[in-house]
Amino acid sequence: MASLVIAEHDNAALKDATHKTVTAAAQVSSPVHILVAGENCATVAEAAARIAGVENVLLADAPSYARQLAEPMEALLLSVAGQYDAILAPATTTGKNILPRVAARLDVGQISEILKVVSPDTFERPIYAGNAIETLQAPAGKKIITVRTTAFVAAAEGGSATIEKIAAASDAGNSKFAGEALSKSERPELTSAKVVISGGRGLGSAENFKLLDSIADKLHAAVGASRAAVDAGYVPNDYQVGQTGKAVAPDLYIAVGISGAIQHLAGMKDSRKIVAINKDEDAPIFQVADYGLVGDLFKIIPELDEELSKRGYK
Amino acid sequence: MKVLVPVKRVIDYNVKVRVKTDQSGVDLANVKMSMNPFDEIAVEEAVRLKEKGKATEVVIVSIGPQQASETIRTALAMGGDRGILVKTDQMVEPLAVAKILKAIVDAEQPGFVITGKQAIDDDANQVGQMLAALLGWPQGTFAHSLELADGSAKITREIDGGLQTVEVKLPAVMTTDLRLNDPRYASLPNIMKAKKKPIEEKSPADLGVDIAPRFKVLKISEPPKRSGGVKVSGVPELLDKLKADGVI
Repeated sequence: MASLVIAEHDNAALKDATHKTVTAAAQVSSPVHILVAGENCATVAEAAARIAGVENVLLADAPSYARQLAEPMEALLLSVAGQYDAILAPATTTGKNILPRVAARLDVGQISEILKVVSPDTFERPIYAGNAIETLQAPAGKKIITVRTTAFVAAAEGGSATIEKIAAASDAGNSKFAGEALSKSERPELTSAKVVISGGRGLGSAENFKLLDSIADKLHAAVGASRAAVDAGYVPNDYQVGQTGKAVAPDLYIAVGISGAIQHLAGMKDSRKIVAINKDEDAPIFQVADYGLVGDLFKIIPELDEELSKRGYK
Repeated sequence: MKVLVPVKRVIDYNVKVRVKTDQSGVDLANVKMSMNPFDEIAVEEAVRLKEKGKATEVVIVSIGPQQASETIRTALAMGGDRGILVKTDQMVEPLAVAKILKAIVDAEQPGFVITGKQAIDDDANQVGQMLAALLGWPQGTFAHSLELADGSAKITREIDGGLQTVEVKLPAVMTTDLRLNDPRYASLPNIMKAKKKPIEEKSPADLGVDIAPRFKVLKISEPPKRSGGVKVSGVPELLDKLKADGVI
């Protein structure tokens, strides 16, 4: 048998989350196949076919998959599920939306956000906002899994899988796409950036939040935020790092004006190095930070920006 | 239209959980328990639909031990009309929860189900989607805003890239994200009134659902601890250290 990975893409480009999920899938069941479902997404299928270790790419190219809505995706996955003993998706909002439907229809429990494949039927996953790690053994039979992508390295390029076109599956047609408002940014994606700079309520306003931009530019960093900053309207929801936002694990995470609620720590404490800048020296963020800088961020941030310029970062 | 709101009793979001030394679970003895925060948002949304005249009745359901009836009471004090407690002392996996809820939906015939996108204890993020699939209903997960029309709902969702709006035919399931609303605090008179609202008790067996766990939990362990770091004197020292670590 084999495992099937649901490709994360926007019909134009294949996302890195797919490569990381392939790494997890190969540890559960080989060979690995990838499902690319979308509209006019042949280039995505070609990119998927180049991932090392992938044997076959299923391409379902139809208007009903343009946005990968959960209901048509459920029908499509059920049409191919019989051939696989594991189906995996990255734990993105797309994967989380689709996969529990498939699990329920197959009468199989889902294993959410795995951090590690201990053995092909045993997995580690975070619970209680990452304050505990559950080691779970699945029963014999199909495994339905979402993958915390920051916990796995990306599968390399260099494969040459076959691409097999598959037919669209019919579904009840009771949902449709009705619009989107996506954040546009030239910066790297939050979940795959090597450096992330995040702001919290300490920044005080949407205007002040932009102070982080210049540093982000110099360090080629993604910009994130705490829930408090998103709730206050400083930045859109897709900036949120935390238990229920995005999990990140960059080489360097810089937390600016973030106190460090457990829900925020859940999303960033696997970063390699953490820097905290906060005026309150008792803030919980300092308990996880490798380097803490206590002081007024409105003095420190311009100073940091200037010092980076002096040292040749542009 | 009747709205069904499943709620879960979980460890309070402010409590720092402790893993038991024998790795059998987390310590729940004498720990403050509350309604799952995402479910509070679900209750609030349902009550607002009733206040706007779009819902006729808000039915709260919870699956858990006897104390879960307190969680139902909280939801009734916020404005729910009546409760159903599916009583069990066992841990119930998300798939079994979805099956229990399906049995309740089959009996109650609501036009809309609203629940939290995930419970902050097992962080599974599965039940709403599973319930929708078992019912053959569409879903709007991670809801940021809702526009309810006759026979359909426009649900704007928080997705990784920003916001996405889907239009689903009713009946449907919606799961809530953080910014859908700010849940109200129940007033004292409403807390008193809630004490008189009916809560019906059932068991999983009454509903014909087998809740035997499918998965075996081998252990619950502490995550790797980060060693507490150092305070640096200023920006130049910080950058020197980051450079030495090779992260900038």
